[in-house]
Amino acid sequence: MVVAERKPIEEILAMVADFKKVLLVGCKGCVTVCCAGGTKEVGILASALRIARKKAGNPLEVVEHTLERQCDPEYVDQLGPMLQENGFDAVLSMACSVGPQFIAKKYPIQVFPMLNTTFIGGALEHGVWAEFCQSCGNCIIHNFGGLCPIARCSKSLMNGPCGGSANKQCEVSPEIDCIWHLIYDRMVELGQVEKLRNVFPIKDWSTSRDGGPRKIVREDLKL
Amino acid sequence: MKAGSNLEKVLTSGHFAVTGELGPPRGASVEAVEKKASYLKGVVDSINVTDNQTSVVRMSSVAVCKLLVDMGLEPNLQMVCRDRNRIAMQSDLLGAYALGIRNVLCLSGDHNKFGDHPQSKNVFDVDSVQLISIVKMLRDEGKMLSGQECEGVAKFFIGAAANPFGDPFEFRVTRLAKKIDAGVDFVQTQCIYNMDKWRKYMHMAHEEGLTEKCYIMAGITPLKSVGMARYMAKFVPGLDVPDYYIERLKGVEKKKQAAEGIKIAVEQIQEMREMPGVAGIHLMAIEWEHKVPEILEAAGLLPRPKVD
Ligand code: SF4
Ligand code: SF4
Repeated sequence: MVVAERKPIEEILAMVADFKKVLLVGCKGCVTVCCAGGTKEVGILASALRIARKKAGNPLEVVEHTLERQCDPEYVDQLGPMLQENGFDAVLSMACSVGPQFIAKKYPIQVFPMLNTTFIGGALEHGVWAEFCQSCGNCIIHNFGGLCPIARCSKSLMNGPCGGSANKQCEVSPEIDCIWHLIYDRMVELGQVEKLRNVFPIKDWSTSRDGGPRKIVREDLKL
Repeated sequence: MKAGSNLEKVLTSGHFAVTGELGPPRGASVEAVEKKASYLKGVVDSINVTDNQTSVVRMSSVAVCKLLVDMGLEPNLQMVCRDRNRIAMQSDLLGAYALGIRNVLCLSGDHNKFGDHPQSKNVFDVDSVQLISIVKMLRDEGKMLSGQECEGVAKFFIGAAANPFGDPFEFRVTRLAKKIDAGVDFVQTQCIYNMDKWRKYMHMAHEEGLTEKCYIMAGITPLKSVGMARYMAKFVPGLDVPDYYIERLKGVEKKKQAAEGIKIAVEQIQEMREMPGVAGIHLMAIEWEHKVPEILEAAGLLPRPKVD
């Protein structure tokens, strides 16, 4: 899933400093699962904003709403009636960064991202998420025991660990596993370590962001 | 001859080769380059010029190599994968060749997080093994990665680094083998202190027949003090400084530690000269270039051979 985390409250307060009334919109997709922008987090942020502004003697009205998803126009359309009637100064989106962009495309009102959309990843344990993929657009992990050296090696190395790999840790930080050590262990476990002996060829990055912003068109699904 | 560089000539004629290292200045000072180079002149077979090492911005490696060429010294152009994509790499390689540079060392590069611009975007379009294959393609096929024929072929003697002390140890020889498959002619290792592990590594490399396929140069960095030894042991990832060297330096008074460090380096070099498969040494006297002549003299490696 897309993993995100909320921006610091000071940054958000600065964004809304000039506003009197805002619509805070959560999302029930990925950001609910990673506890960053679901109904619960919308409630927490709304109260925090109200309290801070009340204390500053400049109250802010925050209307809370959570959509099924913000990355689908049909759900974003549901904001239409609310935005038409209620005199909002801005929309604050608690979805991943797709949400605020869909809202911006649809409505002539200022939109602010409440989250920093950080990576494609998963939960390692309760409250800990890690990056697993950088959407290079041409998955090659079957060559590496099912582990991704593109996203998970700090240097995206395709031919084995750099000289800085020590004690299974990446040279960049003891907090980062050296994925190449894990790939090696895994290939030993699978009895396929010989496969790592071949030089892995230069990658074609044109399927990645390097080829420009990407689009997937599925003719079979188009209406 | 693949490139006809002095280093290639020394190695192929069976001499025990010596390379030095020069870190470019953090500024535009030609004098700083000339000063460091003057210590290395005539005492090493060629000089590695580092490429923004530890991700700290320094004078361009290509430019410093050219300054060395003009001084009559032979440079080894270090090139890291951190800052350039395949377009810039090939372009710089062609340019370097045009400027008279004949040796290239292909490296992954330290991560930019360590340097003075940790906010930078890194590249890592290709990795060091793949970079070797690019340099080889330029040289042996006269073609760019795109298949485009080169107008004028850049013939480099191709080098790479090897770290026998990185983890996982068992994979280190495999990685060397991959670099050889990709086309490397010579390899310079990370600084060696743990001689037992080094012997084991060389034994494995020898068993796999790798010492026949490329020239392996042992990395030597003299320890200036017990402080430096401790620092390297603790903070440099993938470096292995055994306690017995730290103890040995601790055992002499502070003023004499530098001399003791040089003594250790000389002993190491002498052992390397006897070790089968070791084709030479790569002496990295970090910010201690002026000690290089003294060390090499003591190790009996001067004068350097002249090969035509
Ligand atoms: S290889 Fe590419 S698509 Fe596959 S996990 Fe890694 S970054 Fe994602
Ligand atoms: S230490 Fe491991 S994960 Fe980190 S950059 Fe080197 S190979 Fe990649």
